[in-house]
Amino acid sequence: MSQALAPKPYPEFVLALGDCAVLVRRSMRHLTRNIDQIFQTVLLPIVLLLLFRYLFGGAVQTGGPSYVNYVIAGVLVLSVTFSASATAVGVTNDLQEGIVERFRTMPMFSSAMLVGHVVSAVLRNGVSTALVIGVGWLVGFRPSAGPGEWLAALGILLLFTTAISWLATLLGILARSVEGANGLAMIVVFLPYASSALVPSETMPSVLRAFVEHQPVTPVVDAVRGLLVGTPHGDSAWSALAWWVPALVLTAALTIRHFRRRTNA
Amino acid sequence: MTAHHAIEARGLRKSYGAVTVLDSVDLRVEHGTMLGLLGPNGAGKTTCVRILSTLLAADGGTATVGGVDVRGAPRAVRACIGVTGQDTAVDELLTGEENLVMMGQLFRLPRTTARRRASELLERFDLVQAAGRPVRTYSGGMRRRLDLAVSLINSPPVLFLDEPTTGLDPTSRTAMWETIRRLMRGGTTVLLTTQYLEEADQLADRVAVLNDGRVVAEGTAGELKRSVGSERAELTFTPADFARAEEVLGGEDLGQHCLSLPVESPACVRDLLNRAAATDLRIEHFALREPTLDDVFRTLTTADGGGTGARAGANARVDTAVRTAATMGDHA
Repeated sequence: MSQALAPKPYPEFVLALGDCAVLVRRSMRHLTRNIDQIFQTVLLPIVLLLLFRYLFGGAVQTGGPSYVNYVIAGVLVLSVTFSASATAVGVTNDLQEGIVERFRTMPMFSSAMLVGHVVSAVLRNGVSTALVIGVGWLVGFRPSAGPGEWLAALGILLLFTTAISWLATLLGILARSVEGANGLAMIVVFLPYASSALVPSETMPSVLRAFVEHQPVTPVVDAVRGLLVGTPHGDSAWSALAWWVPALVLTAALTIRHFRRRTNA
Repeated sequence: MTAHHAIEARGLRKSYGAVTVLDSVDLRVEHGTMLGLLGPNGAGKTTCVRILSTLLAADGGTATVGGVDVRGAPRAVRACIGVTGQDTAVDELLTGEENLVMMGQLFRLPRTTARRRASELLERFDLVQAAGRPVRTYSGGMRRRLDLAVSLINSPPVLFLDEPTTGLDPTSRTAMWETIRRLMRGGTTVLLTTQYLEEADQLADRVAVLNDGRVVAEGTAGELKRSVGSERAELTFTPADFARAEEVLGGEDLGQHCLSLPVESPACVRDLLNRAAATDLRIEHFALREPTLDDVFRTLTTADGGGTGARAGANARVDTAVRTAATMGDHA
């Protein structure tokens, strides 16, 4: 019998990492060729920032910092959740277009496709974050954070982004159509609106306020804001970790499980 | 035992709830040959391919590919197979070349090998011009060619082709056949599924007919054709004469005023024409034809009645194509 071409003689875990790298590169290429994704990554966060800065900036009393300093953390979080829909749709697309089926006939690490989507979503959000901070500076954002605080704020954002990206991937697997994926992702997109992202919770009616103060996005916003512009943030950083570290573990585990189940049907 | 066959399946069973898709299927494909798995829609062809290519676990039975058990060592099987399914499974946003290199890397080939192999395949499948364009700009035929090229990226000794020409126009189909033939000359073992009888006839060394989850016949195309009997004459009459012709000559009504009659010897032909002339029947068109796989198919799949007769009818267009080719001129 003729022989297949020989694979690289490396240990399996090295090859599995290589598979992940190949699929991260694939998703990054998608980013540059998909006008929706370019829009969502580059334009949308900037539009949101400018919209809130100039539309609400004069009207909202934050009780502390200027509105642009207040809202920047909110816009950073919003752009993360907005990108969840692109991630979910990308995953659903892959599952529908038969390429996952091909991957499954190959001797590769099957969950590499999930890692590809999650890592590229995180990289995409890195671009959005840098843009929001840069444009924010131009329109009056003046952080007071030292290097340690910057690092902590970006670390919390990274944790949040990674967990949201796994969640979006999970939604993409659960959805049966691209429209469905978009719909499910709207739940995630909506969460920051009912948080302290855009306005302080003090003026909200009691029921809404109770929700806002106890939902998982609020501590992320409060912590990032506190770290960047020095608003009081109490133990919100710890609270953010307490929410999002378990959320990350859980969403990743559930995603891999559902992916295996769905693709072995 | 299994070392003699590149693909071997014994007693494969698969059901979904109360629906039995495969009911004890046995298949054997020798090294370097092609088995054509022929059957109507829903016969279980794709299920067979999915089990043999490790995508699906059978409920019962055993299967080996390249001597390796598909259940016991799926990764070893995956390393030596290529699969082209009914849907093209390539990345629409990447270019043809990027797709090939990416799949090569996912087969864990060294990057230089993946690149070299990609350019060889682009050349071989006539995709050099389109190599740098995103796949979403490709035509149907180009997509299929790329899909096949992708499944060959690691030079697999065993290839599964699940209805590789479904949906292609006749020119692209012929081109695809030529490509597959060239592949066979390289010693690749192929399991091809198709609902086009002509395709199995053209390409496959042996043919297995799958119906309602069972292999109902297996052999070379010639053996199968001989099993259904002799050559047949096909006579087309004027609409006015047709009813009378049917009464006088008998035979099977093929539609469009055409009758099909068995002819065991040249004398039968003379006798037939004499009888037509004696009753003053006007023959508009006369053709002799060998039994086709369609006849085999029709005989086998209508034997148990049910809905299969209607399915065989769906293959009538193939029958027509074969019949037109076998005009009297070819026999003269």
